[in-house]
Amino acid sequence: MQLTNRSQAVDRRPMNFMERLYVPAIAKGMAITLRHLFKKKPTINYPEVTREFSPVFRGLHVLNRDEQGRERCTACGLCAVACPAEAITMEAAERLPGEENLYREEKYAARYEINMLRCIFCGLCEEACPKDAIYLSETFAPANYQRKGFVYGKDELLIPNPVTDPEGYAKARGPQGKK
Amino acid sequence: MNMNLFLLAVDWPFLIEKAVLISAIIGISLVIAMYETYAERKVAGWIQDRRGPNRAGPFGILQPLADGIKLFMKEEIIPNTSNKMLFILGPGLAMLTAMMTSAVIPWGGNVEIAGRSVSLQVADINIGILFVFGVVSMGVYGIMIGGWASNNKFSLMAALRGASQVISYELPMGLSLISLLMLTGSLSLRTIVEQQMDGWYNVLWQPLGFFIFLVCAFAECNRTPFDLPEAESELNFGYHQEYSSMKLGFFLFAEYINMFISSVIMATLFFGGYDIPFVNDRSLAEAWGGNAVALLQIASLLLKTFFFIFVFMWVRWTIPRFRYDQLMNLGWKKLIPLSLANMIITAVVILWLKK
Repeated sequence: MQLTNRSQAVDRRPMNFMERLYVPAIAKGMAITLRHLFKKKPTINYPEVTREFSPVFRGLHVLNRDEQGRERCTACGLCAVACPAEAITMEAAERLPGEENLYREEKYAARYEINMLRCIFCGLCEEACPKDAIYLSETFAPANYQRKGFVYGKDELLIPNPVTDPEGYAKARGPQGKK
Repeated sequence: MNMNLFLLAVDWPFLIEKAVLISAIIGISLVIAMYETYAERKVAGWIQDRRGPNRAGPFGILQPLADGIKLFMKEEIIPNTSNKMLFILGPGLAMLTAMMTSAVIPWGGNVEIAGRSVSLQVADINIGILFVFGVVSMGVYGIMIGGWASNNKFSLMAALRGASQVISYELPMGLSLISLLMLTGSLSLRTIVEQQMDGWYNVLWQPLGFFIFLVCAFAECNRTPFDLPEAESELNFGYHQEYSSMKLGFFLFAEYINMFISSVIMATLFFGGYDIPFVNDRSLAEAWGGNAVALLQIASLLLKTFFFIFVFMWVRWTIPRFRYDQLMNLGWKKLIPLSLANMIITAVVILWLKK
């Protein structure tokens, strides 16, 4: 069955005189390599230059804070329900009096873990969150020697406080500045 | 008393001049060989749409240094079953013969230093090319001894391949040179260059001879498409296989020096040597002074050389390796008859023109 009309029968005839000279074919090949010598190289000099991500790139998760630096997450568990890879676990806790500057709502996530080995970076958690507390940033998980190193807790996920550390906050938000 | 008279009789400035010249030439060939490895990797990269080494220093120019340090630091291994003396002699011989050829090459005209006219050639012997041939054919001993002493089947096969290849390709190389020598009537490299300074370059009279010489030079230097003695994919790097550290480095280095020297010889024999193209060197020397022109001549010879080195690399990264029977067919059944025909035609034309 013929799939495409690009296929060619292998030519098994003995080489003719011009082909046995080798030189024309070699000259042709050398012209090709000379052309490649001056071609633009597609390599990106990685540590100095980084490839730009597409605007819809989904990388590591970030747990967001509001303008006053309070955690937005209320530990409702919708993200964990939405997660097709079951990568998210959390434990809720009640906000105590005097912690109003730390947590925005009366309930917060005392423990919030994402297993980056399970996560498929689909972004459904971001879509499920009613409080805009989680979004996917433009970084990706660095290599690690241990499996447990890929279970990211709150200390890794939480964005720096915009009140006390505005620089770190801006950096973590990234150039696209998702909300 | 006698000793003093002897010391007085020695021409000290001459000795010093030659010593300086020899060390300069050896130093320069080593540095050029070093940077050939860098250039080779760069050219390979560019031809394959890569960037080549660019991490060590700006544009990676410290890469050969890093490679050299790496080779020096490697553990030196001499196999138990090898013949130790020959094992060490192999790379030494390869290096020695590679360096010896540069003695008869005229690198430029004469320079005036402190009232002395210094010739930029270590030895202007009247059998220049013959000397080059003799030394180059000794180069195969490096490969053979190295391959034999390794006591390894792959190495031995590679050594045999290398020996038969170099010997087969020396014949058409010599035959193609004979037709050139019929034109020049001299074996001295300086005379050949001086003849070309006044007239046309020899490549215009001997294009076929040059082509055969070029192909044979590839084979003599064991470069692709004739790198059967190395053949990393079938013979595991051939006669290099048991070598490590700087002994391996010597083999690799000798190959690059050979490449440099054969490029210089091609430039000298066929492309006017140190003659500056499109310019009358003698009138230029009167206008600018001999020393400036001598420097320009060295630069011009090196430029021609670098072009040929580039051709070596260009060919290496274009053409795959020949099969062994193809190699022998090409050498014995094509190049030798072709160079014989070239020789006869040249002889007939010269006789006919002289009549």
